[in-house]
Amino acid sequence: MESSLKNMVLVLFTITLLSSAAVGGVYMLTEEPIAQAKVAAVNDALKQVLPEYEATTSQDIEVNALPVKVHTATVADKAVGYAVESTSKNGFGGAVRLMVGFDAEGTILNINVLEQKETPGLGTKMTDEGNVLLASLKGKDAAQVKMTVKKDGGDIDALTAATISSRAYAEAVAIAYEAYKVASGKQATAGDVATGATKQAEKGGENE
Amino acid sequence: MSNNKLSLVLKGLIKENPTFVLVLGMCPTLGTTTSAINGLGMGVATMAVLIMSNIVIAMIKNLIPDKVRIPAFIVVIASFVTVIDMLMQAYVPSLYSALGVFIPLIVVNCIILGRAEAFASKNGVLDSALDGVGIGLGFTLSLTTIGAVREILGSGSIFGLSLGIADYMPLVFVLAPGAFLVLGFLMVLFNKYLKK
Repeated sequence: MESSLKNMVLVLFTITLLSSAAVGGVYMLTEEPIAQAKVAAVNDALKQVLPEYEATTSQDIEVNALPVKVHTATVADKAVGYAVESTSKNGFGGAVRLMVGFDAEGTILNINVLEQKETPGLGTKMTDEGNVLLASLKGKDAAQVKMTVKKDGGDIDALTAATISSRAYAEAVAIAYEAYKVASGKQATAGDVATGATKQAEKGGENE
Repeated sequence: MSNNKLSLVLKGLIKENPTFVLVLGMCPTLGTTTSAINGLGMGVATMAVLIMSNIVIAMIKNLIPDKVRIPAFIVVIASFVTVIDMLMQAYVPSLYSALGVFIPLIVVNCIILGRAEAFASKNGVLDSALDGVGIGLGFTLSLTTIGAVREILGSGSIFGLSLGIADYMPLVFVLAPGAFLVLGFLMVLFNKYLKK
């Protein structure tokens, strides 16, 4: 078809109008399912790291000047466990986001990786069942664990060939523990978390 | 279905296979094929966009002035991609989290614009839909094959099922260099044995 200014403007305007109407319509249709899917994902993660509970409340606690979301699980209005969504931005491929579950006494119940972009086959092992990171933390009293990898003098076993990923994991757990201490009332304000991951990131240090 | 229509679908599988013969859409091909299921998901999502955009573009091709053809096509394609993106987020969140960053990139996949420009803008609605099915299937099969080969060689599993040999496999095939290696070798084999 011949192009003239009039028909070009008219056709493009009509196409963009119809397209945006269609996109808007689908957005309205999917808005609720998307929100539900996100809530379901959080609830799934909560169930995996917490003991049996009746209800949860959530709050934001600042650690290292960043908000950390803490879900408090209660049975008959008594706190039975805390699940902390904590993030370390010092992973090998970006942020590592964990859900760390504590019971009321501060024992680490379970840790679930919510989000990571680590190297497939190396850093991604942090998501495997029973990996060494999880094994060196699960069931331990968080107060007794030095939360850095063994290479940095801590108590956490690092994944083979994925030290940076392991440091990020350790840092996220340490942040989670600080947030837990505040949420459970053991401490008034969260302390700063300076772990191997932060130090290495500042130094621009060695690889993997 | 007449022979002619059938050949429209089949040509996308072998003769005009988008990955191994036309060598289009390399970004998603190399980026998403770390496992068979990721390759399959990306292929199916691309196929859905391709079929729908081919149909719509074949319908409106006579209404669009030549000079604004490409922008008009891009708007149509981008809308479908956004729709697919939201639908996947709502109904298959696990696949969405695996493919997340690549879904918006379907917009710039040159296969889709290429077929809109080279085929749908010159042919009828039914033929364009069939062309979308053919090219889409070809793309899906290629991506699934590359994904499967990389998954077997790199992580020792297939479609997420462990073959119990993970510890002996060279990890490099899951990483970026492996994508190029596998693509290259499969392209050689494809052109030598399948494309006569």
